Amino acid sequence: MKDFMLLFRQPSYNYDTLPQQEMQILTKKWQDWVGGIAAQGKLVSNGPQRLTQEGKVLRAGGIITDGPFVEIRERLGSFIVVKADNLDEATTLAHGCPALDAGGSVEIRPVFI
Amino acid sequence: MEKPNDSLKYLFQQEFSKMVAVISKLFGLEHIELAEDIVSETFLLATESWKVKGIPKNPTAWLYVVAKQKTLQYFRRNKIFEEKVLPELGLRQEKDNEIPELNFSAQNIRDSQIQMLFAICTPVIASEAQIGLALRILCGFGIEEIAEAFLSNKETINKRLFRAKEKLRTEKVQMELPAKNEIVNRLDNVLHIIYLLFSEGYYSKTQNQILRKDLCLEALRLGLLLAAYEKTNLPKTNALIALMCFHASRFNARQSGENTMVLYEQQNEELWDNDLINQGIHFLNNSVQGNEISSYHLEAKIAYWHCFKEDTQEKWEDILQLYNELLLINYSPSVALNRTFALYKANGQQEALAEAEKLKLVNNHFYFILLGELYKNIDNQKAKCNFQTAYKLAKTLTEKEEIQHKIDRLG
Repeated sequence: MKDFMLLFRQPSYNYDTLPQQEMQILTKKWQDWVGGIAAQGKLVSNGPQRLTQEGKVLRAGGIITDGPFVEIRERLGSFIVVKADNLDEATTLAHGCPALDAGGSVEIRPVFI
Repeated sequence: MEKPNDSLKYLFQQEFSKMVAVISKLFGLEHIELAEDIVSETFLLATESWKVKGIPKNPTAWLYVVAKQKTLQYFRRNKIFEEKVLPELGLRQEKDNEIPELNFSAQNIRDSQIQMLFAICTPVIASEAQIGLALRILCGFGIEEIAEAFLSNKETINKRLFRAKEKLRTEKVQMELPAKNEIVNRLDNVLHIIYLLFSEGYYSKTQNQILRKDLCLEALRLGLLLAAYEKTNLPKTNALIALMCFHASRFNARQSGENTMVLYEQQNEELWDNDLINQGIHFLNNSVQGNEISSYHLEAKIAYWHCFKEDTQEKWEDILQLYNELLLINYSPSVALNRTFALYKANGQQEALAEAEKLKLVNNHFYFILLGELYKNIDNQKAKCNFQTAYKLAKTLTEKEEIQHKIDRLG
């Protein structure tokens, strides 16, 4: 078993304006999905619930910009670490991720130990 | 507890542990066997004397007086040894020869028992031995009872307890509460041992129902002991007590006849103990202060939901989320199975079936029972196959009968 990081990207992670009831439904979707991976005993780390909206990017020459997101289509929202025999199995685990329903993607990356 | 024999046994269990704790505190934990000897002799004298003269009005006070005398005798003999014998041998050491007074006040008993609880739950002793020691020293169980609870024999238990006491000696474990900054960490181990003690009773494989119940009640008593003490009365302590109360409330409904387990769905709710349920709710409310959510919190909340038999969408959704969280804290196959059952109740058969197929708990008969249930009315042939696998894996006759029943009902 190796560790794999699943990185979730979505066009928008701004849930501030979402009605509470929809937020609950969305939270439940995420929890059920992560719970399903945990039930298989394959969750290594749950990561942060969600990365916050604000952020800084530092570039060569001391250039600091607000938010890394402006030029890219999908924002990194969160991540978890799972264990699987190989990349294929880790990719299978990523199926059903709610980020996909929101027009986003899951990036699956083996963790080098 | 009605029969006189039972009350004597009860008295023994209660007072043995209190007296051993107080005397050990006086002598030091390295002489715990001496404390046990003095208390055993006291009880021996009690049974002999009470047989002739009848049980005194206040048996507890009687026991304390005799234990004090015996302790005093021990110190006097020791003093004679130290003052008369040792000088002859030219080995006399300077020692404080004050004869201390044994203090059996409620306060001192409580303090000594808590200190004993922390001493026994020291990480230097294996957890199985910790439970054995706790049963013996803190709950006053006999060696035979402990052997039965562990499905073991007297010799093994005796050896295990002996080694554990040796460890207390060699590691110089003290009867004292850990320092303030360490108490939270050490409390985790203490709570874990109480939890295991309760599980030993609740999921016990022994046929002795009284013993199983006693184990659970003793675990509950130790939990309450911690809750009565400010430094250990933390949210997770309360959560563990709530959990034990909720589970214990169904005790009488779980058993029918000698050794037949009654499944939750078939239990007669009138046999559930409302006092314990209310007590559980009280401690659950106490447990919600603070930020930490321990596995005891989650398990207590799940157990709370099971005190209502009605199936509501809200109930099962909440239970599912609690299991999702519990899996993040500590995965176990049984939590994974229960979580999948909750998923079935909350999100439906199809979704749960897909998730269940991924679990692959191939040696677990409960897993195949769950798969059988989930395939029912979707693919009855597969349901049957799964039940048959469960039948092969099941270990007890009762379980096999229950599974056969499910196969028959499929038609």
